[in-house]
Amino acid sequence: MISDPSMFSSAPTLEGSDEDQLLRVSLGPQHPSTHGVFRMNVVLDGETVVSLKPVFGYLHRNHEKIAENATYLSSMPYTDRLDYICPLTNNWAYALSVEKLAGIEMPERAEYMRVILAELTRLINHTAFMGFILGDMGAWGSALMYAFREREKILDLFEDLTGARMMANFMRFGGCRNDLPTGWAEKVSAIVNGYGPFLDEMEKFLVGNEILLSRCQDVGQLPKETLINGGITGPMLRAAGVNYDIRKADPYGIYDRFQFRIPLGEKGDCYDRIMIRFLEMRESLKILRQALDQLPEGDYIHPKAKIRGFKAPVGEAYARIEGPKGELGFHLISDGTTNPYRYRVRPPSFINLTLLEDMCLGLDLADVVIILGSIDIVLGEVDR
Amino acid sequence: MNVEIESILELVRGALPDVVISLRKNPGPSGQHSLLVEASSLVDVCRFLRDQLEFDLLSNVTGIDWPEPAKADKVAVDETEGAVSPEEGFLEVVYHLFSTTKRVGPLVLRCRTADRRESARVPSVVSVYRSAEFQEREIFDLFGVNFTGHPDLRRILMWDEFVDHPMRKDYVAPDDYEYEPTPHDAVLEKAKRHYPAQS
Repeated sequence: MISDPSMFSSAPTLEGSDEDQLLRVSLGPQHPSTHGVFRMNVVLDGETVVSLKPVFGYLHRNHEKIAENATYLSSMPYTDRLDYICPLTNNWAYALSVEKLAGIEMPERAEYMRVILAELTRLINHTAFMGFILGDMGAWGSALMYAFREREKILDLFEDLTGARMMANFMRFGGCRNDLPTGWAEKVSAIVNGYGPFLDEMEKFLVGNEILLSRCQDVGQLPKETLINGGITGPMLRAAGVNYDIRKADPYGIYDRFQFRIPLGEKGDCYDRIMIRFLEMRESLKILRQALDQLPEGDYIHPKAKIRGFKAPVGEAYARIEGPKGELGFHLISDGTTNPYRYRVRPPSFINLTLLEDMCLGLDLADVVIILGSIDIVLGEVDR
Repeated sequence: MNVEIESILELVRGALPDVVISLRKNPGPSGQHSLLVEASSLVDVCRFLRDQLEFDLLSNVTGIDWPEPAKADKVAVDETEGAVSPEEGFLEVVYHLFSTTKRVGPLVLRCRTADRRESARVPSVVSVYRSAEFQEREIFDLFGVNFTGHPDLRRILMWDEFVDHPMRKDYVAPDDYEYEPTPHDAVLEKAKRHYPAQS
């Protein structure tokens, strides 16, 4: 007990203005919570975030310039490296925009194959996301191990089909590269049937988990209008209750043939963003079951599709798909030669970071890690 | 669902009579025609489209370098009679707008700079669509378009000290960015340019 207040009169104080007492932290680029090489220049007042500026470009290789100097087909394997967790959706978005640019038709079977591959990719992405976000919360390793156990099963399927676990290079303009191997569809059925119980198990661990609730609830929400205005798409937007899924809103491929629902959140906090991905995986399983049931025989690529020496007619096209992380679009401009005149990727991870600062202001530094994790970025796509 | 671009053009002309705006046809099979908006009225057009026509999502912003202006007019064709291409090359910014409520899109807007000099400028639409913030910074960085009114116009992908704009068509990459411990083939060949001339 201190009886004499005067002994504090000479207590050391920090000199200068309040501004000097702010702490500047460079979070990243080498930091496990940044999911790659991503840096945030954070200004802290105690624990509270006062300003946050993301710094990009550590993985920049000017993907768009490289693609402009390459033929249409030779950019296809390079799209695998954009969002390297889900190469097959990248393949699809690029193939779709070239097909739109050149007016190429697709055989029925190839459409079904694409849907099956895209929904498997969505499962992979959302499952891996569960592991990563729990790692961000301190459950370092075990959740990721269970997630990767399931992901590995699907990667084995991709290896059977495309020859590569991740760098698939599988879609072509007007179809796919090769047909499904014998017995492949049955293997997918087995995995789809086993996936529900895995999700049940994962949900049982997570939904009411006290740490998850206290770290995620009421963290990082923004009004719907701000999210739309900020260009946020994908599960991030739907977690806030905006019913906007490109598979329904602007159907591409054959998505209008399947029965599935769009899960919507209420608050748009990090908890909603996690749960929405659980629900989306269950809807993906529904789509997969229907697609496997209806899978027709036929060509896996249009018989007249031109693979080598392909030239697109003069014009431009923007095509987009509902990637696992949001709207993935490609804007191509053709001047009639074998190379695109302009090749632009609309990367969902990059644009979803636009509102990162707004979500984090006034919260603790520890919340920044959760919010960044809930956006679900891949730096191969952010930096391109 | 594709937009009915003619009716949108008429609505814009009706509401904003001073705006210089024209329809550009896409000759390709995609059928995505576009509206060429003069730089001075770009922000007004965007605000009208957002507030009156429910185009609430600016999804994509693309920068394009056109050192040969005639090429640009082949991709976005001006069908009015007696139309001539500008003489000097220019930079172009293309915007893809969607409506989340009406579920239509893309509505393609394009806006051109006067030339390709360092002073080339286009007004920033960040005040209307926040999603343009990083994308405009990227175009500033890689193409060198100055977006007037942008709140924080800095390089985003290249480092701050970098000069030049790598996405321009006439950009020449330096010999090598990094020290290479065992230079070979193409690198050695390039390096010869710096050797003193053999007499």
